[in-house]
Amino acid sequence: MDGIHDMGGSRDFPAVLTERDEAVFHAEWEARAFVLSNAYTGAGCANVDQFRHAIERLDPAAYIGDGYFGRWLGSIELMIAEANDQVIPGRYSDLSAARKIDAVPRFGVGDTVRTKNHNPPGHTRLPGYVRNRTGRVELLHGGWVYPDTHAHHEGENPEHVYSVRFDGDELWGADAEPGTSVTVDLFESYLEPT
Amino acid sequence: MSHDENHEHEHEHEHEHDPRAIRTEALERLLVEQGLITSAAIDTIIERYETDVGPLNGARVVAKAWTDPDYRARLLEDGTAAIAELGIGGPQGEKMVVVENTPDVHNVIVCTLCSCYPWPVLGLPPAWYKDPAYRSRIVREPRKVLREFGLTLDDDTEVRVWDSSAEIRYLVLPERPASTLGADEEALADLVTRDAMIGVARIDAR
Repeated sequence: MDGIHDMGGSRDFPAVLTERDEAVFHAEWEARAFVLSNAYTGAGCANVDQFRHAIERLDPAAYIGDGYFGRWLGSIELMIAEANDQVIPGRYSDLSAARKIDAVPRFGVGDTVRTKNHNPPGHTRLPGYVRNRTGRVELLHGGWVYPDTHAHHEGENPEHVYSVRFDGDELWGADAEPGTSVTVDLFESYLEPT
Repeated sequence: MSHDENHEHEHEHEHEHDPRAIRTEALERLLVEQGLITSAAIDTIIERYETDVGPLNGARVVAKAWTDPDYRARLLEDGTAAIAELGIGGPQGEKMVVVENTPDVHNVIVCTLCSCYPWPVLGLPPAWYKDPAYRSRIVREPRKVLREFGLTLDDDTEVRVWDSSAEIRYLVLPERPASTLGADEEALADLVTRDAMIGVARIDAR
């Protein structure tokens, strides 16, 4: 879904600020929120796609203002609230996302592919800046759980994932820096032949 | 109480009242009560991420690739297996792809949709990697962002940005500085920085 989280190419955030000798965690609560979030998904209360989609559904001001671990905290709180304050372990048992699938990959390395104008109201891992764009398949990664359904309790539906390279000018037009490209990992459902 | 002590105390006080700290305490009480984790286990895991899981792991991988051509070939062919040879793996490292920087091609890693990062080899990401500015800009204007990091690339060096939008995680194999000929693996590992393995820096010999 469109939202604050899908920020590739946005011009809203001008300066990258780095910190010298940065600590892993900036406060005790960050460290504990990190471990607690992993404990919640690790116990199978939710899968990683639900976790990410709950982050995407946070209030945009909280998304920015609460920071990275604040978003994690907000995601777990939201999922618990939506489960009527119940914590239910064991709903998901396989923490890995790779799946062996029999389907023959539809595309091969070097194929030209076009991304669909795929913009569902729910979760997706097709970033907005590569919708409706033409690229070239660089790598095949085998089968993986499909986030668009897995985030909504609609099954794993594993699919082939491809690394697809898009030239800068295809993404950004005349504005692109010369000699640049972005390679994005995309599920087969997002792609069609040209 | 001296002025400094007073100041420090105020800081602690502020920290205690950060609403996120209070919310975290509430979540910890709930998950401990439900038997998902213990407070002691939380401390142990925090310590692991503060001390053991970090860019030193990635540096070992890079130094070995620089000194062992067969290992380098295996690493570029199947990153996950070659990294596992060194006993390195875990969450956010289910499938690893290693991309090699050369004089002609410079690779740099991002996750625009959240902040996916190869924890087993690099630890948890620095704040700037998770920041909206990096996530939004590195795909649109990578040369400009890299210049802000102090890395100016030749116009004829191709820049490849990798947006880790699925579960595959990337590690950059930086170029070995020419002046390190003859250095052993351990000395080389000391030179390898986190930023070079993300692709926002090069490695200079000391």
